[in-house]
Amino acid sequence: MPSLKDLRNRIASVKATQKITKAMQMVAAAKLRRAQAAAEAARPYAERMETVLASLASGVTGSSAPRLIGGTGSDKVHLLVVCTAERGLCGAFNSSIARLAREKALALRAEGKTVKFICVGKKGYDILRRQFEKDILELIDLREFKQIGYVNAEVVAQNILTRFAAGEFDVATLFFSKFKSVISQIPTAQRIIPAEIPEGTKTTDAVYDYEPDENEILETLLPRNLTVQVLRGLLENAASEQGARMSAMDSATRNAGEMIKKQTQLYNRSRQAMITKELIEIISGAEAL
Amino acid sequence: MATFKFELVSPERILFSGDVISVIVPSVEGELTVLAGHAPLVATLKAGIVFIQTTDSNGKEFFVNGGLVEVNAAATTILAEQGRFIEDVDVAVLDQEILTAETKLAGSHDEEEQKRLREALIQLEEFKHVFQQRKAA
Repeated sequence: MPSLKDLRNRIASVKATQKITKAMQMVAAAKLRRAQAAAEAARPYAERMETVLASLASGVTGSSAPRLIGGTGSDKVHLLVVCTAERGLCGAFNSSIARLAREKALALRAEGKTVKFICVGKKGYDILRRQFEKDILELIDLREFKQIGYVNAEVVAQNILTRFAAGEFDVATLFFSKFKSVISQIPTAQRIIPAEIPEGTKTTDAVYDYEPDENEILETLLPRNLTVQVLRGLLENAASEQGARMSAMDSATRNAGEMIKKQTQLYNRSRQAMITKELIEIISGAEAL
Repeated sequence: MATFKFELVSPERILFSGDVISVIVPSVEGELTVLAGHAPLVATLKAGIVFIQTTDSNGKEFFVNGGLVEVNAAATTILAEQGRFIEDVDVAVLDQEILTAETKLAGSHDEEEQKRLREALIQLEEFKHVFQQRKAA
């Protein structure tokens, strides 16, 4: 039986924890709003880019297509770009992305392919390091940036492109968490090299004039498309992270509340028991006289 | 006057969306004006000013750096790699852009890419020059 003082201390400490989780929840909610707006603002650009790219790509086919669309002709070496958060305490957010990447990596290995990693965000690196220490090429740290922008995505995309140009891999896949709602974030794998051209996008029948010619436009467009895809992944991720943290902290706050209730009950009960005991002692002492 | 749908989108946000009478676009092969009923076109952009005429007496200007313009029967869209309201642009901003372009060029090893980056840098410097003259006038 814990003493009254123990119980009091315990309640005080749970209350302090609850205050922290509550504050974190509110901070996450405020940040979520901003992150969500940013993710939504970035969508039109990415979507338009896709349609333009689709109509361009349908024009060039076969071996004349740039390698960023056509691929290198083999799929032996896979690069997995795993985007996670820089901070923890956000529920299953980081681990579910890492798990998806790990499953994919193991499946590819079972097929006899080589797998390499680039980690964007420290948490994913920490998880994957346990199993794939040797295969992680790089950790890109975005901790110092409060708001993810085009520039950040460009750094990541440039890194990927340089490695691709050097022939370090054949296929690249981007892992991130798609923001669906505050309580639902979907870990997603998206192939970025060779570029995935969405099937069934309606290409307009109109014959476009190209200025300069098609190939040259494609040449400048494809690297940019990669940057845009990465940016979209990062922004979706940022929103998902805040959403995940918000709901995780919400349930933590609720759990703390429950614990306080239980402990307080226990505290009151033992306090009353003590008073009763003391009363009995006094009364029986008086009766004995 | 006949109008058409126009959108100016940068990776971070939509800068302009609405009906316009004409748009002047700085394409790599020279400035071009898009009016309603323009033939379908895809062109890449250089650093410069996009001028939009919204009504007979009203216009808007934006600074764009790189990207492309797509014209089709339904709408005209500019996908700008960088876009800003002209009011947000000054020489310091341009200098910053030039500096970033220079560091990118210095960090590049691919010959094709160097060529492209060098062109972009020249375009930017050209634009800065034009911009300063405009300010002075």
